[in-house]
Amino acid sequence: MSATQTAWIVIVLGGIATFAIRGSFLLVATRLAELPDTTRQLLRMIPAAALAALVVPALLRTDGELVLLGPRPLAGVVALGIAWWTRSVLATIAVGLGAVVGFELLLG
Amino acid sequence: MARYDTDTAPSPRASFRAGAIAVSPVLLGIVPFGLVAGVAATEAGLGLAEAVGFSVVVFAGASQLAALELLGTGAPAWVAIMTAAVINLRMAMYSASIGSYMTDQSLPRRLVASYLLTDQAYALSLARYQRQGRTRPEVDRFWFYLGTALVLWMVWQITTVLGVVVGGAVPEAVPLGFAVPLTFLCLLVPTVTDRPTLAAALVGGGVALVAAPLPANLGMPLGAGAGVVVGYALVRRKRS
Repeated sequence: MSATQTAWIVIVLGGIATFAIRGSFLLVATRLAELPDTTRQLLRMIPAAALAALVVPALLRTDGELVLLGPRPLAGVVALGIAWWTRSVLATIAVGLGAVVGFELLLG
Repeated sequence: MARYDTDTAPSPRASFRAGAIAVSPVLLGIVPFGLVAGVAATEAGLGLAEAVGFSVVVFAGASQLAALELLGTGAPAWVAIMTAAVINLRMAMYSASIGSYMTDQSLPRRLVASYLLTDQAYALSLARYQRQGRTRPEVDRFWFYLGTALVLWMVWQITTVLGVVVGGAVPEAVPLGFAVPLTFLCLLVPTVTDRPTLAAALVGGGVALVAAPLPANLGMPLGAGAGVVVGYALVRRKRS
């Protein structure tokens, strides 16, 4: 089998699997119409836990190594402050990117 | 299920526009990511058709990069498929969370919402849904979501093609990819509203960090799951 054929198998089956995951709850959502309070409380935890699980490794791991005092974690602290004060994605990205470049120049 | 009064219901057009505006700063993080998805396909020895195939059919950045990397090293198809599915498992959580706000939408709309579900569209839409009340909303839920998700989808396809065409000519002076975690950081802040959500975030981030060396990006769903369990346990303990 050629590399191109293998790629298309991955594209089609990977695409079907991904769509099934995305639709898992959304497509049966009508049955969730009356969500019990316990489920609601459980769902409320998902964004905080999931976003933190994306952010923390991205900030504290540089090239696969744990780095606590590098440009990325330091810029992350600055960005967290900006995010807290402004709640603006654009301001957070602009200041965060500026900070990471600045800290890279400072720390060499 | 309660419907909005027609005279106070937000218009689809204005809601779509509000979603497109909300997603626009986030696109700064999508552009380099999409370029990389195109470059990665070239580096795996594939062409424009396969790169676009991945971006249109799979449409999930991290899993596309992982699958392409595996294909490039000659891994069998099933390994690449399993890896992509595991990386995308987190979206089942988003599906449950956003699904609870879409119970009154038609099946075709929920099919579209499912196909377009991403970290960014989910986080931006949920933040807006939580901010606005259940009565007298500022935006229509479906159209706001579509505004964020469809604009992101278009930028993803365009940048994938650009990535293949331009190749490795993307300048590396500014780490534009860092805009991705910065986006998530900004979206994380308003979701932490009390002790249980704070615990969910701390445990989620901590476990994901410790588990990061695990293969197939398993650290992320593991951390998120642990955070949800701990946060929920705190809610239950407070009530009993």
